[in-house]
Amino acid sequence: MNNNIYLPYLMIIEKIVEEAPGVKTFRLKFKDEEEAKEFKFKAGQFGEYSAFGEGECTFCIASPPTREGYIECTFREAGKVTSTLAAMEEGETMGFRGPFGNTFPMDEWKGKNLLFIAGGIALPPLRCVIWNALDMRDHFKNIQILYGAKSVADLVYKRELKEWEERPDVQLTVTVDPGGETPDWKGEIGFVPSILEKLGPSAENTIAIVCGPPVMIKFSFPVLDKLGFKSENIYTTLENRMKCGVGKCGRCNVGKMYVCKDGPVFSRALLETLPAEY
Amino acid sequence: MKRKYISRHSLMNCLKKVQTDGISLYAPVTRGEQTDFRFITSVDDLSFDSVQTVRSAKAVAFPCSEKLFSYTKEKNDVQLQDYNPDVLPEVLVFGLHPCDAVGFGPLGSIFNWDTQDKPYNERRKRLTLISLACTRADEYCFCTSVGGGPGNTEGSDIQLTPIQEDGYLAEIITDKGNEWYEKYSSFFEEAAEDIRKENYLVEIPVKFNIEEVERKMTELFESDIWQLQSERCIGCGACAFVCPTCACFDIQEDAHGNTGNRIRCWDSCGFALFTLHTSGDNPRSTQSQRWRQRLMHKFSYMPERLTVVGCTGCGRCSRACPVDMNLSDNLKMFNYE
Repeated sequence: MNNNIYLPYLMIIEKIVEEAPGVKTFRLKFKDEEEAKEFKFKAGQFGEYSAFGEGECTFCIASPPTREGYIECTFREAGKVTSTLAAMEEGETMGFRGPFGNTFPMDEWKGKNLLFIAGGIALPPLRCVIWNALDMRDHFKNIQILYGAKSVADLVYKRELKEWEERPDVQLTVTVDPGGETPDWKGEIGFVPSILEKLGPSAENTIAIVCGPPVMIKFSFPVLDKLGFKSENIYTTLENRMKCGVGKCGRCNVGKMYVCKDGPVFSRALLETLPAEY
Repeated sequence: MKRKYISRHSLMNCLKKVQTDGISLYAPVTRGEQTDFRFITSVDDLSFDSVQTVRSAKAVAFPCSEKLFSYTKEKNDVQLQDYNPDVLPEVLVFGLHPCDAVGFGPLGSIFNWDTQDKPYNERRKRLTLISLACTRADEYCFCTSVGGGPGNTEGSDIQLTPIQEDGYLAEIITDKGNEWYEKYSSFFEEAAEDIRKENYLVEIPVKFNIEEVERKMTELFESDIWQLQSERCIGCGACAFVCPTCACFDIQEDAHGNTGNRIRCWDSCGFALFTLHTSGDNPRSTQSQRWRQRLMHKFSYMPERLTVVGCTGCGRCSRACPVDMNLSDNLKMFNYE
């Protein structure tokens, strides 16, 4: 009979990076080489990560499918499972179920400009797409990234931000909330929606990928409207509470759509047809 | 479909034989004032008298709490022990009413609409369902309003209809039922050709138009009808726990030092914690939103996504509700809005 969808892969924590206070990135390798070879995913998908003895929690896969042999997840220590994970060390074993959910339609985006707008701990789901796009750079026109966090310390992927900043083929803008800057801060100061308005990116042939706290999304959409972005050219990724990840446990639905099956990636055009249950 | 006759006396002997053949018997048993499905050791404990058990028979395929796999931690390493179906028993579910037998349809759809759910499927395929058509009902019953009926055979492998004080008409419905019948045919007799099953069934009035309810619900998503209906709901989840088709579950850890089990437990969309994010945000933060989810899931999302209504009209949620919220009354409101 078929496999047990609740049985996780065993993963070895190969590398841990401290990104920001309470935020870590784990690089995970499959314990079983056969499983590693068979494993395939696409940008936008997520998984259920296990700390055996505590339980599971849901994060996106933060590394791009173009980098094979490992997956990465970035998480903030917040509840029981994430606290247990955060206390784990390199070489220890954890669990992973996935990949689950739909994907960003990157094939449809070929030949277009990509505008990434991310806030706080919501950069990880977009980081997967950003690196995916950069690893096949010729397929896309302009790649612009706007990223904001509460403070300089809260910015994640600091070494990668530097790398993107130095690349001539990426336009990166980093901003921190007023009061979150340090004396030597050279980036922008201000909330993401107002910096977005200031930058005024063109909507022409451009896909906007937005992910962040609800308040950032709420105030960024009207700016995108003003800039002429059509709803079908705006994408976001949702993270409702989940348990099974496979459309059965019954809690992540937004109206008739399951975030775990029909999402987590939604176009704004589709979201507009659904109740605001996220 | 074969039609046979079996006397009460032969039926009891047949069930005894089933037990000595090593098949577990899961059937209604009365203890105190409550009748519920249990695994029974003696057929003398069987109860034929209640209109409806408190809980549905779903736990026989979807237990209230169930191990999904086990793990052992050793230093940096972890060993997993997969779900083991070999220990599961063959079960004869006896004496469930048509509304419970038909409930395995929506359950199966939820567990298999996309990926296959091994724990559910392994238990389900070991079940044979012998239902008892209804000769009695109460004011909470509304199977006829959701496409069912007191003699509905859908989901049953064999259905018995009480036709005399001491005998039953037996309809052999599925291949599985036929295999079972062939094995125990010596207990059965030929049924008289002039037995008309419907003469023995209770009449259950249709209370609302289900298509209209489905259509109206979607239209009224933003209406205050949900608040009106759920004002007194205390979010206890009893409705979900007694329901034959509610399948929402939680996944939890049952840890004992370095070993443990990943388990799944019944959950309810009526609980405030059900959708609560770690951040504190809750997409369904009020009881009326949770009540709307319960009804929309059963009567709008499931019909649309799984082509099956998530309700069999058994009426248990209304019988169990501590604040007397009556589902069929509430559904009827959607015919008048």
